[in-house]
Amino acid sequence: MALTDLFRKKSSGPRRQSRADRGLLVFEHTSEVIRAEKLLKESGREIRVMGPPPEIQKGCDLVVEFPLMEKLDILRTLAEAGTEPLETVPVTGPLLAPVDLFQIKDFGDHLMVRAANMKLTVEKSTRTIVNVSGGGCPDVPYIAARLIGRTLDNAPAPREIGHTLCGYALELAHAEMLRLCS
Amino acid sequence: MLIIVGTVPDPAVPVLDASAILADGSLSVGDRALPPDRGTPALLAAAASACAFLGIEPPHAMLVGDEGLGRGSRELYRHLTEVLPSRTCTTLAFHYLQPDVDWHNKVLMAAQAMAGPPALVADAGFMYAAKMSGMAGEYALFTPDAGELAFLADETAPHPFYTRGFILQDENRAPELIRRAYEHDNAATCLLVKGSTDRIADRTGVLAEITGPSVEAMEAMGGTGDTVTGMACALMEYGLPAPKAAQMAAQANRYAGEAARPTPASQIGELVPHIPNALKRVMEELP
Repeated sequence: MALTDLFRKKSSGPRRQSRADRGLLVFEHTSEVIRAEKLLKESGREIRVMGPPPEIQKGCDLVVEFPLMEKLDILRTLAEAGTEPLETVPVTGPLLAPVDLFQIKDFGDHLMVRAANMKLTVEKSTRTIVNVSGGGCPDVPYIAARLIGRTLDNAPAPREIGHTLCGYALELAHAEMLRLCS
Repeated sequence: MLIIVGTVPDPAVPVLDASAILADGSLSVGDRALPPDRGTPALLAAAASACAFLGIEPPHAMLVGDEGLGRGSRELYRHLTEVLPSRTCTTLAFHYLQPDVDWHNKVLMAAQAMAGPPALVADAGFMYAAKMSGMAGEYALFTPDAGELAFLADETAPHPFYTRGFILQDENRAPELIRRAYEHDNAATCLLVKGSTDRIADRTGVLAEITGPSVEAMEAMGGTGDTVTGMACALMEYGLPAPKAAQMAAQANRYAGEAARPTPASQIGELVPHIPNALKRVMEELP
């Protein structure tokens, strides 16, 4: 959608939760929104520039609506271009905050960290990642295949190879594991 | 026929539409070998093992490679909308797929156009999309873990990552969250809530609880929920109602886990060979 499309009249009202799988990228300036729109559309993303909901008071008066499941990949694309948003929020719940607490389980020889819906388990003596569990987005098996059997020192960070919210949650677990095992 | 739809973590894999065969621990779909080590291949391996034990035809797989960008999932969604209305099956299960509400709705319409139509099962990403679509009630079975139950219970959450403080909940709150999920029409006809206590529930509340044997290491293992869902699908295809199938699958998964004697480093492929004996034991105990 181009910026001018913002002013087109909608033909019908929104369906129940029909945009629930979308998120909003909030930027400080409109120029950043335009740059982000260009970048993301050039990379084949299905995004739209929209007016922000009234709950969002910070930043400019435009936001980029994007598929929430592709958050990690989109944020990486924007970061590489130096166009990072102020924040990201889900469309239907802009006041909701991501989970930011961890659950730690010590099995003796192994340590498990859970962040949101994702779990990461490491063998303490070798710092080898032995299991990845949880989640429902298709990058979870992809990341798991690349982490399991490697150590915390030579495995890629989930933020480098993940693309979705599940990947983002696993990144949090990985970062916490690095902190605990440092 | 049982059809299982999902993804494999290799973007080079095209859409596959063929029977899943498990032989000597190796899983293949069409001519392609798929290690049953996690995700949809783990579910397929469990379902194939269970189908063989139950004496019914092996599951049919509709798969695609997707590393999380969603391109493969969208390709498979398109395939499903094209082929499902002319296909026949009695149980249709959806698993690791990029959640997309618009595509979910198109696929659901195609599934409902099938002869029958089939009983629908959703887990992982497709369950997220089913809940977000507001069409959860069209499904016979959801198989959430505790965090995903919290997501179903939160009518505003677009993903388990954003659940409002429910996600690190005490599992004792599960009955309350189940009730809340049904109040907001965000649950399938039957729920199998996987956790330290597995709970089978419907709109009336918790129908059964499975608590033992308790194998602590399974909490860390990736894929234990996939094997439960795979067995539940096979048991539904065998003819059991969803609550009974879910209860037997949850119990059998614990027996298989116990027999595998896992550590937190064990992989799900080590559990699959124990499924036939586990199901045999369950069928003797829960006729």
